[in-house]
Amino acid sequence: MADIGMESAVGISAAGDGAGPGYRLLAKESPEEEGRFLEISMGPQHPSTHGVFRMDVLLDGETVVRLKPVFGYLHRNHEKIAEGTTYLGSMPYTDRLDYFNSMTNNWAYALAVEKLAGISVPERAEYIRVITAEMTRLQNHATLMGFLLQDLGAMGTPLMYAFREREKILDLFEAVSGSRMMCNYMRFGGCRVDLPSGWLEETVRLVDEFPGFLDEFEALLAENEILMARLQGVGVLSAALAVNAGVTGPMLRASGVNYDIRKVDHYGIYDRFKFRVPLGAHGDCYDRLMLRLLEMRESIKILKQALKQIPSGPVIDPKVKIRNFKPKPGEAYGRIEGPKWELGFYLMSDGSASPYRYRVRPPSLINLTVLEDLCIGQKVADVVVILGSVDIVLGEVDR
Amino acid sequence: MINTGLAAIFLWAGLEQGLGKLLDHGLSLLPPAWRTWATIVVLVGVMLGVFASLFALSTLLERKGLGRMQNRLGPNRVGPYGLLQPVADGIKMLTKEDIVPRGADGVVHFLAPLVLFAPLTLSFAVLPYGRHWVPLNLDAGLLFFFAAGSASELAAFMAGWSSRNKYSMLGGMRAIAQMISFEMPLVVASLSVVMISGTMSLAAIVERQEAWLWIFPKWNVFTPWGLAGFGLFIVAAMAETNRSPFDLPEGESEIIGGFMTEYSGFKYAVFFMGEYFGMFAVSGLAVTLFLGGWNAPLSFLPASFLWFFAKLMALVLVFIWVRGTLPRVRVDQLMNLAWKYLFPMTLLNLFVAALWHYTAVWRAPGGLALRWVLCFAAIAVPCAVLARAMMRSHKWAPRVYRFGD
Amino acid sequence: MFGKGIIKGFIETARNFAGSYHDPARMVTLQYPEEKRALPENSRNFPFLVFDGNDPIKGLRCVSCKICEKECPPQCIYIVNERDERGKPLKHPKIFDIDISVCMSCQICVEVCPFDSIKMDQAYELSATERFKKLILHKQDLAKSNDYYHRIHPTEADAVDAILEAERKQHEAKKSAASSETPPAKQ
Repeated sequence: MADIGMESAVGISAAGDGAGPGYRLLAKESPEEEGRFLEISMGPQHPSTHGVFRMDVLLDGETVVRLKPVFGYLHRNHEKIAEGTTYLGSMPYTDRLDYFNSMTNNWAYALAVEKLAGISVPERAEYIRVITAEMTRLQNHATLMGFLLQDLGAMGTPLMYAFREREKILDLFEAVSGSRMMCNYMRFGGCRVDLPSGWLEETVRLVDEFPGFLDEFEALLAENEILMARLQGVGVLSAALAVNAGVTGPMLRASGVNYDIRKVDHYGIYDRFKFRVPLGAHGDCYDRLMLRLLEMRESIKILKQALKQIPSGPVIDPKVKIRNFKPKPGEAYGRIEGPKWELGFYLMSDGSASPYRYRVRPPSLINLTVLEDLCIGQKVADVVVILGSVDIVLGEVDR
Repeated sequence: MINTGLAAIFLWAGLEQGLGKLLDHGLSLLPPAWRTWATIVVLVGVMLGVFASLFALSTLLERKGLGRMQNRLGPNRVGPYGLLQPVADGIKMLTKEDIVPRGADGVVHFLAPLVLFAPLTLSFAVLPYGRHWVPLNLDAGLLFFFAAGSASELAAFMAGWSSRNKYSMLGGMRAIAQMISFEMPLVVASLSVVMISGTMSLAAIVERQEAWLWIFPKWNVFTPWGLAGFGLFIVAAMAETNRSPFDLPEGESEIIGGFMTEYSGFKYAVFFMGEYFGMFAVSGLAVTLFLGGWNAPLSFLPASFLWFFAKLMALVLVFIWVRGTLPRVRVDQLMNLAWKYLFPMTLLNLFVAALWHYTAVWRAPGGLALRWVLCFAAIAVPCAVLARAMMRSHKWAPRVYRFGD
Repeated sequence: MFGKGIIKGFIETARNFAGSYHDPARMVTLQYPEEKRALPENSRNFPFLVFDGNDPIKGLRCVSCKICEKECPPQCIYIVNERDERGKPLKHPKIFDIDISVCMSCQICVEVCPFDSIKMDQAYELSATERFKKLILHKQDLAKSNDYYHRIHPTEADAVDAILEAERKQHEAKKSAASSETPPAKQ
């Protein structure tokens, strides 16, 4: 039922740059344009903007002429707070950056600190990190595909299927770390606690059942004529623009550029696993969606190998201090191939218990910079689809 | 169990006849001057009552059906199995504040739900529910139905324009374009039935489908042109009534509520009811034209208005199934579908209907099979060719992906 | 064939519809509050204080060292030490408040506590009608017994008991060694 918040079209910017009622955020270039174009604020309350995010769209009939994204509604001062907290104290805050993928956020931060302080990680912890990261990737891509189809109007059916699978993964996360989404599980030098008994068997069972769900999803998606008509040729991103804008991850690979940080940086123990990197040829929304499905299959491959090879042993380096952790002065940049692309943490230490500078490279924000280029010339309905395929999370865009 | 079912059906048919006679007798007790008015009042009251309760039932069915398709229970807290949920919804809608935007055009804003609702109830009057149960037996019943139904299309635009809201206006523009475009395939698809039956009176069309091949019925849908016509009619009907996958005017995830954005409380309930009444009206017409109206599915069962309503609800369930499965099409693709695909197919269907009619003299054994093959190919081959041309011109196709490393 | 993808979609939804009546994997609704999910052992929500034995005041393991207050990232713990008549600090908290509207369940207080006295609880039905009276938990709300701890986190509680037992034995061994080394009688 559509009794959601009423959106008045004369939008007053809540982000603070308004100059009174009727302030036009997209300047028109001539009085003639003034009468011809329709300016819409797809405002912070909208069923499809994946969070509090606003787009000012200038329309000619139904075609987009100009688009300006406005964000900052979820800014929580994460980087400044980190300068006042200890290194360990920032770890729970990194959970809340990209709140769907807390395990990979934790890992990226732990990687950065381990580079800074020169800490090494035991084998078993590396395997646990890979397993939880790939499970995070599975549930993120399933959720994304579900939400994209919901935005396309499929009334929530694929979304419910995706969430059904996601619940199983979140139950496993709760069993190991204590919390479903805000896991706070990685520590500098390993993981916080070891896996409980029976967890590995449960995970093996989940991994065996997951391809069945993927097949079901593909049956709903891949050859559906309506989906092909809605997604193919929409929002084409050229490889040159992608590389110039700093876009990474599935968006980049959909445009044909072969760049996966797991293969480039060899961080963790990823070079022990055999997996392929799918590449698209057209760079449109359909490619981005199908790539994520293929990446899920590759993640299942990695999981199967990791679950077989996991050794026993300690899960944390006992020499690392929990309190009064003071790394040597220096700087480090740690990055991983998160489910939403390259997530990086840049840390600068001055020898004290809090970092001197703490910076998050937010992949959602950087991928959002090309939104206008993708949307010009498309219809209004496509703007929502393109935004869904870019896969942003406002916690990361605004930090 | 089958025996009790059969007994119940025969008993019901008997009751129905008795009810008809009782009504006639009761009306004949009144003085003649009052008789017409009393008939009208009774009929209108009964029809509104029946369809309003069907509306309540189908909102519940929709929510529970969609829920089951999505691996969850629908509403089940209010009343057993959620049966009182529509009552709760009604009370909620009645007690909500009626918000009208400050700059809105007040009169148009108020009238829009009424303009949607009233003509659709008019169109219920010509549908034949039972053998002698047609409230308004017109010679041009089909024409009246389409005229009344088209009058309700203005409501979406009135709502979109009067709300003084850009989202509503977008929704209104889409609605008017969609509804006008899909009138053509809808009317031409039903034209093939008129051509074969030779009459525009809906009661007569149903009576002409009262033929049996051994014990199986000879409804219009069991002919090649009827099958194709039925499919085209249903697709056009989904677009006419703004049901998924053609619910762009109220595209919930893009333009929030479309033309219904600025309506709240009882006016929103009337819009909602109008949408469902539209669904019942076109389903009723489809049942009348193609599915044999009040005829029973097997020749030894008695005809009754229950068959009409059973077929109506079956079609409503198909609507719900489609809603839960398919994503929405885009507005320019919708226009393409109407003009470049559905309309030519309905025109072709007219020719195939004529072909079927004139080859009816082929009475040799195997003649029926030959007629079927010929007519089916005459419509299926152009359909496939057109579809492939459409997909290829936009370069839509399943893709194969390569892997790096 | 045109429409094949759409038909596959229909078959999929029909399968789910039919399956929801007999297959538990296709009907995943949990009708709360009549049915509640069994929480896994490690599940955590908000902290609580452990006391040994039966007396929540005397058996409280917390010695008011204030390490958890310092390390808590959102600073939701407030501790005031108990002092005797002469102002000497006793190893007992007079006030121990946790504001659970601020607490983010990060579990850092549990990790840094040297005395295993603060642990994570699993209770989640903590809604209140008023923010400041009910959502600030005081010492008497937070103190729960070691038996309760064993019930909600059995493996962890066993491990903690083993560590405390070993520490106690070590402490007693040291004490008896020290007492056996009493200075020889003055000659």
